[in-house]
Amino acid sequence: MPETIERKTDKREKIKSAKKMRDIMTSYYIEAMSAEQNSKQVAWITSGGPVEPLVAMDIIPVYPENHGAMIGASKMGEDFCAKAENMGYSHDLCSYAKSDISCALVKGGPIGGLPKPDMLICCNNICGTVLKWYEIQARLYNVPLFIFDTPVCHTQYAPEIARYVQAQVKEYIIFLEKITKKRFDYDKMKRVGRLAIKAQRLWKKILNTTAQKPSPMSCFDAFFFLALIVTLRGTQTAVDFYEELLMEMEQRVKAGISAVPDEKYRLLWDNLPLWYQLKWMSNKFSDHKACLVADTYTTAWCSALKYSDENDFLGSLAQAYTMIYLNIGIDQMADQVLEMIKFYDIDGFIMHSNRSCKPYSFGQMDIMKIVQEKADIPVLMIEADMVDPRNFAQSQVETRIDAFMEIIKHKC
Amino acid sequence: MKEIQIFHDALNDIPSLAAQIKAGKHQIIGHLCSYTPEEIIDAAGFHSMRLFSSKSDIFLAENHLQAYCCSPVRGVLEDSLSGRLDFLDGTVFPHTCDSIQRLSDIWRMKQKYTFFADIVLPVKLHTESAGAYMADVLKKFRKEIETASGRTVTDDDLGRSIRKFNLIRKNLSEIYQIQSEKPGILKGSDLYAVVKGSMIMEKDRVLSLLPVIKDNLKKKDALEPAGKRIILSGSICDSPDIYNAVENAGGSVVGDDLCTGQRWFDCLVDENRNPMDAIAGRLINRIVCPAKHTDPAARGEHIISLAEKNRADGVIFMLLKFCDPHAFDYPYLKECLEKNGIKTMLIEIDDQQSSSGQLSTRFETFIHMV
Repeated sequence: MPETIERKTDKREKIKSAKKMRDIMTSYYIEAMSAEQNSKQVAWITSGGPVEPLVAMDIIPVYPENHGAMIGASKMGEDFCAKAENMGYSHDLCSYAKSDISCALVKGGPIGGLPKPDMLICCNNICGTVLKWYEIQARLYNVPLFIFDTPVCHTQYAPEIARYVQAQVKEYIIFLEKITKKRFDYDKMKRVGRLAIKAQRLWKKILNTTAQKPSPMSCFDAFFFLALIVTLRGTQTAVDFYEELLMEMEQRVKAGISAVPDEKYRLLWDNLPLWYQLKWMSNKFSDHKACLVADTYTTAWCSALKYSDENDFLGSLAQAYTMIYLNIGIDQMADQVLEMIKFYDIDGFIMHSNRSCKPYSFGQMDIMKIVQEKADIPVLMIEADMVDPRNFAQSQVETRIDAFMEIIKHKC
Repeated sequence: MKEIQIFHDALNDIPSLAAQIKAGKHQIIGHLCSYTPEEIIDAAGFHSMRLFSSKSDIFLAENHLQAYCCSPVRGVLEDSLSGRLDFLDGTVFPHTCDSIQRLSDIWRMKQKYTFFADIVLPVKLHTESAGAYMADVLKKFRKEIETASGRTVTDDDLGRSIRKFNLIRKNLSEIYQIQSEKPGILKGSDLYAVVKGSMIMEKDRVLSLLPVIKDNLKKKDALEPAGKRIILSGSICDSPDIYNAVENAGGSVVGDDLCTGQRWFDCLVDENRNPMDAIAGRLINRIVCPAKHTDPAARGEHIISLAEKNRADGVIFMLLKFCDPHAFDYPYLKECLEKNGIKTMLIEIDDQQSSSGQLSTRFETFIHMV
């Protein structure tokens, strides 16, 4: 077998499940686009929002943030952001929000714009930006807006926070009943809840396969495969797909197929990716024989699993959605980063200081210091933006990555 | 007016002001948000002080907050780290925006002052459960501040503080009203000093000065010719230069939608209710800040009514660089006003940069146009 490993690590072998995921996402968007013809309702929801009640009510969830990522990956970010700026939105605002706001008016984009919403579900566990973004869309489309308000847990999930969020779970259900004019199906909710937790567990296992050396996938793969856990959480489709993907990853581990040929260094990524530079970035690290084996971003979709109870999904929803990675204090975030560094045996930490995402980026410098002190690994901070390439200086970043990798090579 | 000069003097020398307050046996609790339940702080015997950046160069805060964080947040952190706020005995952070949320984390981890509290207020204010949560959070804060002060905060204590703050609010509202009726009667920079000073100085002192200023202004005749009637809108406006520039360009500030202005003192606490419920009630019913939610149309309706009530000729939006909540609302508010025939202009402001020369020209053009 060692010979096989030697041969297979020579070059990057593509992950086979990728095609299937593209097909699933295409079908999902086709279904969402034809919702009106099929008498289905569409809800726009934030990426960290509780989608499961929507799935239980047969409402199609659509994610403007996922749309923003697609705009970024299609390299259309600059154009849509500039259009939003012409509408009066400041250059400094979130590029997901700007892309979606302008795309809603001018259409176009990678999928011709999103289907019109019948309702908007905004959960502010990821940022305050979504509140403003969804207010704008509520005025534009003149549809009901539900704010799922998850107070920040700077140090703890306090009892008054628990009561408040729990009360909103009930209000959310009443809101959905009112809009759909249907009774909430609690039995279906239980099934959907179980599927959601199952998919999250699978997602966690998939991400955890990268603790193996060499790593069978990189965070660039995780950024891609993340789409289902975000958009189709609570469906059998997501569970089936992730079971296959997990199997493929386990096979890759067994066969010694690595994401980066001849992996020597293992890195951790923080914050959203640069959607418009995934390939360049991936190749850049690959050239240094460095694999970005994990990231704080895609891990966020399973980081609150410990609070979820599959036998009482609605009862545990409040805590699971409130205690997510971005909605806690930066000292607690640093603790999670340190755990990841240990678990994945990380040699270096790359932080994307993302001009679009203030709650993710402010505090990074403190996390950096904690990591340097407690884990004693080099940290690199890159300033850029997730969608708008105007805030990314490629050659400068390239020089810094090269220098950073030199430090790692000396240290390892 | 010598009473106004007292406000200017206090603002020009915050360390001396702080020393005076402490000599009066008051400990000082700082905060950064108009949603701070100052009555509770006051009832516990502390002095509640709104913190503003000293606008000093940023060195130490560079190690904590990136350059795309707004200048007041970086500025206040710089002041804290460099020891300029060593007079503080504590700080409270009501949940405001993403930047202040993280500033609170950094601040807490630094442990520079004896007392620290996050007051994680609800972001939405229009539901029953949000109201109940607001009440819970305030109750919790009352306990925390009781522990810090080592004394029980009674309902009577709260009642006294509520009446004190209500009186400040009433006086400032009346001064604004006089200013709106007789534009220019109070110089913009004086108006700025009086409001900012009221946020910073000892409340009893403020209350001894405001009624005198108000009565003096009542007696004065309106200026002729009156300037163009201008409303300022934005987050904080910590620059008397802007008021001066508006006046020099032929305008007069007749009202504002600023968190260092009317949003801070508008709306009274109901003195006939249970004090804690009444404090929560005011925070829920006052004019909403863009970082909070009541109705997607609330701020649009408010700015139109503010402009109409004050017969504004124009509204100047002062967007603080990197202040997301306000930047998101700007296109909508502008559209609301312009649909109603009210002209608007936008300027971008930054605590670290003064651009009064350039502003004067822009204001002149705008004021000439309206």
